[in-house]
Amino acid sequence: MNDPQRFEYVVRLGDNALVLGQRLGEWIGNGPELEEEMAMGNFALDYIGQARLFLSYAAELEGAGRDEDQLAFLRDQIDFRNVLLLEQPNGDFGQTIARQFFFESYYVLFLEALTASSDKRLAEVAARGLKESAYHLRHATQWMVRLGDGTEESHQRIQQSVDELWRFTGEMFSGDEIDRWAVDNGVGPDPATLRPAWDTRVNEVLQTATLTRPDNDWMHTGGKQGRHTEHLGYLLTEMQFLQRAYPGAAW
Amino acid sequence: MSKQQWPLFEIFVRAKSGLSHRHVGSLHAADEVMALDHARDLYTRRGEGVSIWVVRSSAITASDPFDADSLFDPAEDKIYRHPTFYEVPDGVENL
Repeated sequence: MNDPQRFEYVVRLGDNALVLGQRLGEWIGNGPELEEEMAMGNFALDYIGQARLFLSYAAELEGAGRDEDQLAFLRDQIDFRNVLLLEQPNGDFGQTIARQFFFESYYVLFLEALTASSDKRLAEVAARGLKESAYHLRHATQWMVRLGDGTEESHQRIQQSVDELWRFTGEMFSGDEIDRWAVDNGVGPDPATLRPAWDTRVNEVLQTATLTRPDNDWMHTGGKQGRHTEHLGYLLTEMQFLQRAYPGAAW
Repeated sequence: MSKQQWPLFEIFVRAKSGLSHRHVGSLHAADEVMALDHARDLYTRRGEGVSIWVVRSSAITASDPFDADSLFDPAEDKIYRHPTFYEVPDGVENL
């Protein structure tokens, strides 16, 4: 492989999309309302679509004869590079919304920066994803406010989800040598630079939703390097079952 | 948990600029803003539209089916209301 950093960078993007897409897909058949279930399914497909673009590109970069499916279904947990936030369980509807809100608030900023990437393939995917995520964020923001400023129970439950997931938000802004490589080569932004705009947006919405911003700033990291929480293994077991049990099975 | 049904909304989608909005179906939502989002997710997934209207079903006043005879039958034998008695002059392309 002549471009290992680029491969690593693209796999991270692909895994974020894949794992979140899988999580959102888990709502199919379980949504609180038919309409919201459809919305979750749409979002899931948006992400699976992105994951395909990223991972097929990664497979080309790797040049080892693997394709997007093999990267998605035949890698083990330690080879996954998604941030920890996205592998956290759906929980109740509010917890999914809180996860979605934290991530999309970051992701629209990230994709916006990625549209200016020196890597044209990534810039194209970013332009497409940006429109999708702008809508996802609108949806999540509305629900944050509805639940936070809703009933006593909805307020208490969404606050609990915010508190629970907060410790995973910092990883999105923590860079390592791969991010430095991306910045040096004009491929992607320094994640830390996205933080102020994220803080502004999150503070604004939390306030509108009458929610309290957690003051705990100790953050879990490691997902980008392949050190995951216990939840990813279960997700992969379900997602990869078919290809593991019936190698090469196709529609 | 008591399950209270969200109100029903009727959804109208404009397929492209220049056409009128057409009724495509209905859905449940807590309010108009949510209804727009749900309509986007349910009725424009395959590129069906460029604009959406939502209106509460309760805001619609419908004609009574039992009145159909008096409302609609009288129009049936008024063939002169159809513009079929004019001769179209040669050379007129658009009428």
